Amino acid sequence: MTALKEMLGGNIRQYGIVGALFLIVLLFQLATGGKLLLPNNVASLIQQNAYVMILAAGMVIVIIAGHIDLSVGSIVGFIGGVVALLMTHVGLPWWLAILGGMLLGVVVGMWQGFWVAFVGVPAFIVTLAGWLAFRGLAILLVGVTVSIGTEKEFVAISNGSIPNALGYIANRDVVTLLIGVAVIGLLVFTQLRSRRAMRKHGLETESAGALVLKLALVSVLVAFFAWTLAGSRGGTPIVLVIIGVVIAVYSFVTQSTVFGRNVYAMGGNFQGAVLSGVNTRRMNFMIFVNMGVLASVAAVVTTSKSGAATAQAGNLYELDAIAACFIGGTSVSGGIGRVSGVMVGALIMGVLNMGLSIMRVDPAWQQVVKGLVLVLAVAFDLVNKRRAGTR
Amino acid sequence: MNQHGELTPSQREIVLEMRAITKTFPGVKALEDVSLEVRRGEIHAICGENGAGKSTLMKVLSGVYPHGTYEGEIVLDGRPVEFRGIRDSEHHGIVIIHQELALSPYLSIAENLFLGNERAKRGVIDWEQTNADAARLLAEVGLREKPETRIYDIGVGKQQLVEIAKALSKDVKLLILDEPTAALNDEDSTHLLGLIENLRRRGITSIIISHKLGEILRVADSATVIRDGRTIRSFDFGTGTVTEEDLIRSMVGRAMEARFPTREPHIGEEVLRIEDWTVHHPIQQERKVVDGASITARAGEVVGLAGLMGAGRTELAMSVFGRAYGTRISGRVIKDGKDVTPHSVGAAISAGIAYATEDRKRFGLNLLTDIKRNIASASLRKVSTRGVVDAGAEANVAERYRTSMNIKAPSVDVITGNLSGGNQQKVVLSKWIFTDADVLILDEPTRGIDVGAKYEIYTIINRLAAEGKAIILISSELPELLGMCDRIYAISEGRVTGEVLREDATEATLMRYMTNSDQEVSQ
Repeated sequence: MTALKEMLGGNIRQYGIVGALFLIVLLFQLATGGKLLLPNNVASLIQQNAYVMILAAGMVIVIIAGHIDLSVGSIVGFIGGVVALLMTHVGLPWWLAILGGMLLGVVVGMWQGFWVAFVGVPAFIVTLAGWLAFRGLAILLVGVTVSIGTEKEFVAISNGSIPNALGYIANRDVVTLLIGVAVIGLLVFTQLRSRRAMRKHGLETESAGALVLKLALVSVLVAFFAWTLAGSRGGTPIVLVIIGVVIAVYSFVTQSTVFGRNVYAMGGNFQGAVLSGVNTRRMNFMIFVNMGVLASVAAVVTTSKSGAATAQAGNLYELDAIAACFIGGTSVSGGIGRVSGVMVGALIMGVLNMGLSIMRVDPAWQQVVKGLVLVLAVAFDLVNKRRAGTR
Repeated sequence: MNQHGELTPSQREIVLEMRAITKTFPGVKALEDVSLEVRRGEIHAICGENGAGKSTLMKVLSGVYPHGTYEGEIVLDGRPVEFRGIRDSEHHGIVIIHQELALSPYLSIAENLFLGNERAKRGVIDWEQTNADAARLLAEVGLREKPETRIYDIGVGKQQLVEIAKALSKDVKLLILDEPTAALNDEDSTHLLGLIENLRRRGITSIIISHKLGEILRVADSATVIRDGRTIRSFDFGTGTVTEEDLIRSMVGRAMEARFPTREPHIGEEVLRIEDWTVHHPIQQERKVVDGASITARAGEVVGLAGLMGAGRTELAMSVFGRAYGTRISGRVIKDGKDVTPHSVGAAISAGIAYATEDRKRFGLNLLTDIKRNIASASLRKVSTRGVVDAGAEANVAERYRTSMNIKAPSVDVITGNLSGGNQQKVVLSKWIFTDADVLILDEPTRGIDVGAKYEIYTIINRLAAEGKAIILISSELPELLGMCDRIYAISEGRVTGEVLREDATEATLMRYMTNSDQEVSQ
């Protein structure tokens, strides 16, 4: 019991949002008569929400640093169009087209970063302009749609799964189960390693009981997730690997790199960061270049998912990403936020979408519900802070 | 009767009396048993060092601190008054003009004059009336600007006149001016003081807070000196025998207590030399905030920068610290014999210069994050390899400072926003010591912290000096400078007006340099 208390004591806000996710999952599991967690539904939940999670990983950095990016949806449409045309009209192989798209993401990010960092135009304005301009470019390039149905490998990114090379055990895909085991192993290993490092420096660490409990809980979750997915039509969706890599990389970048520290420093106290020697201009530039790259990844995923580039692809994606950030505990005024929290925020939105769709709720009402959840999540955050009396 | 055929101050009736005012803030007695008498139609000066309690007293008088939050009595026109807020005191004709002007920059002069007091019928502004009344008020204060001109487009001197015109629009009887000439050049100051004298002729009483003693002796009829929250003495200038020396002596002259740990100075080679440093104001670019300042600091030496508010001490320090303040900066920074004049904060830190800000909450700390990340924030390179932070090493370093600096927190994971002022200051100092700087510029390191924590900070400063660091200590508290420094520079209006060794320094000599407005030097 004390172990549990110690574990929860660290960060109520983070666990609060995880609790909300569980509650929502449970609610829909009951309301849909168990349909929500059917293996195929879990797989398509991931495939349908991959773009939000990828964009949110960049958006959370933008917001922590004290900015906002309204243009990512339009950039997804624009770059998606370019990638499609590179394959269909230029005849590049799919992987080269993706590389081209990511390069374009860098250029787009540099363009917006330039105005924010070196001219000092507020990001709201720069990306509002980008929202208009890149959508315009997408329409000019794509017309209505460019089909890429013949590019089998490219379409597989968002629709395919990792081959079931090792057969099945009890009707479950062995590859997926092995991936689950590997993830659990990796989690345990990194936790133990960081604990050992802390010990080496003579620092206090959580009690062994709390650690075991935490690892056990997370392992059970991952195992359940892997077991469910292993029973789906294809096993592990390929996008899940992409998402996994994005989450791992950006958790690391935000928590363990100088770049990440400086992002938090700028959002927490901009003048303080300047006076600590942070090169805030270069940081702002890099933050938007990074967002551009992630938008290009989201563009690939989105185009692959629909099997075609359309002029309206990515419409309103920026709002999904921003909402995921705020539901996930990112501070509106910057300085606070975590990639893990934001991913939970994205999942909450995804589960809402999925559950309400299974229940055949009118899409208009779905929007109403999502709007309510967004405002309630942020209100909860504010009330919590006020009660804690930090400010 | 004096030569102008007016009543001398002592012949006039008393219009305002503040009796035995005591005002306490949590942990601090800002005012204790302060009394003040002002006669009708005079200009009364309030003198005292920074932090003596002048502004607090005026905030009590103008209702900023409402009745009930202080002890004592205010008697206006022979009747006791109890103000519940600024509106209340304004109804009685008391108007205060703060040092930080409270005008809305993008509204016109006329709109500002009647802000909160609009010339309107049923909520609809009567622009003819507004502009006509504004023009009349502007003529009264001698400001030749159109009422439609935006505040943003006129200088500080003129803005000050707008504030006075605004006071006149409220039928002011008692005008309080807090450091009205601090930000003004000589011409604007002269005009402003002339205007206050004109108002006196019309029977308006003024209370003026000023550090410029020459100015006070020129225009004021009488003065009250406050020190450490107590009334020390009141002067009547009608006799013509009061001198600046008299004022200075009563403003300082307190016993030095054993508030400072002793230190045996071991002073080595010159580490830092700032040559002919000039900085212009970032917005009013023609105004020199620092003007040809040259200072040096040696290893193991604690060098003080004394100056009144607005003298340019912080501006000097921040501009040297990688141009963190000001525009059109010229001059050289020489460290260990090499020209290192830093053009960015990063360059300054690399050159071994650290600057701990006077405003730790706004500029010094990220209050949202914990102790360890704050301490590492200016030297992340030291706890990281190829851009990856070693969290263990970082926590380890922080833990070391938590112990050695006696930061009172259960662990280095505590959010700095939850620490007391003294402990926050220790985190700021740790952060800069960890940069391995040879020169530490400490700007008001003991501001707003309690006496016990102050002693600890002094001990840390002494330890740093003993380790051979050069310390530049900026402080508004003269006893602190006298108790801590080996050498003190006095700064007035952006210029270095004096340099005194510890053994020669007294509060009176420093105050004389600090209030020096010798015109020959500036021309």
